[in-house]
Amino acid sequence: MNIVSARELTKDYGAFRAVDSIDFDILKGECFGFLGPNGAGKTTVMKTIYCFMPPTSGKVTVFGMDATEKQSGIKARIGVMPQENNLDPDLSVLENLIVYARYFDIPQKKSLPKALELFGFVDLKDKAGVKIDQLSGGMKHRLLLARSIINDPDLLVLDEPTTGLDPHNRHSVWDLLLRLKADGMTIVLTTHYMEEAEKLCDHVAIMDSGKIVATGAPKDLMAAHGGNLEDVYLKITGRRLEY
Amino acid sequence: MNIKRAFRVWQRHFTVYTKLYKSSFALNFAEPVLYLTAMGFGLGAFVSDIKGMPYINFIAPGIIASSAMFAVVYECTYSTYVRIHFQKTFDAILATPVNIDDLIAAEMIWGATKSIIYGTTIIIVISLFGLVESPLVLLAIPLIFITGLIFAELCLIFVAKTPGIDSFNYFYTLFMTPMFLFSGIFFPLDGMNEIVANIAWFTPLYHIVNVCRSFAAGDLGTPMPDIAWLLVVVAILAPYPFRLMRKYIIK
Repeated sequence: MNIVSARELTKDYGAFRAVDSIDFDILKGECFGFLGPNGAGKTTVMKTIYCFMPPTSGKVTVFGMDATEKQSGIKARIGVMPQENNLDPDLSVLENLIVYARYFDIPQKKSLPKALELFGFVDLKDKAGVKIDQLSGGMKHRLLLARSIINDPDLLVLDEPTTGLDPHNRHSVWDLLLRLKADGMTIVLTTHYMEEAEKLCDHVAIMDSGKIVATGAPKDLMAAHGGNLEDVYLKITGRRLEY
Repeated sequence: MNIKRAFRVWQRHFTVYTKLYKSSFALNFAEPVLYLTAMGFGLGAFVSDIKGMPYINFIAPGIIASSAMFAVVYECTYSTYVRIHFQKTFDAILATPVNIDDLIAAEMIWGATKSIIYGTTIIIVISLFGLVESPLVLLAIPLIFITGLIFAELCLIFVAKTPGIDSFNYFYTLFMTPMFLFSGIFFPLDGMNEIVANIAWFTPLYHIVNVCRSFAAGDLGTPMPDIAWLLVVVAILAPYPFRLMRKYIIK
């Protein structure tokens, strides 16, 4: 069953075409990765999936619902981990989860035990009362991940989930994501770390200048083009990775 | 717009407010009381009665209106801007079932709520000073809410159209300060040049000052045209903050 499908998805920002008529399907239970250099259009694709903005043309369907019509219905079943930290600095770590859960109409009676369980999962047990600006970068990432699953989503949207993290923290986020995946969570993510894509993704789509230039299982792409996924990526996108 | 989802955002602002109110409340509260004492007792000692009442009694009800106004205007300019650009609160909320229209409605209703909080506080304070004749002043509270919505609408329109936080100075210097000075709080506009009085008629503050002053004196009838003005304007402006903010936030 398709959790997400996009047909001729196009998004313009003024005269600039960020996403140029792309098609893709994300199946239930798989981890789907969008790879590509900065500015390739990956984040824009994520934003149309979680109904932040409508496509200029084309169609995006999530859980069988049109993303321009059933926004709240779709968003209720999605968890989003943004590229930029947007935790609420006016609230404590625990309050961040409780207040966020309220947007999903989850009462504190339910969100409090859920939050405490998630603090165990992301290893933030002793930080519940702490202010956001006292957390390290790695802790903020793990809290963003915990916040994105407070509503028990059917689809997790991760926009560069480990960018800016040191190797230790990156591995800990990977472990958490692999555990969610093992539990059957459908995941769509963007990344420019090929190691991340190889480790997590069942299916990748390599984007460049708003188009999908290659798509398939990482092992099939590697078999077809030779080398590891990074070699495939550099060959296809024709330039070096930006850091 | 879905009122329940808007309430969830209102609730977020309320939660934050109850954590921080001690610091912000004291400041917002100190300023009107300073005006009241400086102008009322200080300047008032040299000023003859206005419309049959001592100067401080004349200005006190106006301070209800100005305090309510500044509360919503700070909230829906600086605080809203910070939530959009620095804290990315809008981005976080829009990834949940809350949609942009719910969020904009919540910003306005929360701004108007702060108007009520600050307006009511001043009502209590000037009542304790013995500056209010009639308990009918309490009936001004719903109209303070309506006026709060008008200011919230104007602020959000301004934020959506402004190039950045630096331009807020224009809003305050060219719009807020003249309105504060020439809305009939500190002196009746009858004696002023007709042009000033005519311009004042176009500002929301002028009308809510009339409402507060009349109600505080126990007169419900005189400000009926002002009440009508407020109700008409809040409705006329209503579509614009939604339309402009949708464009501003969503792209």
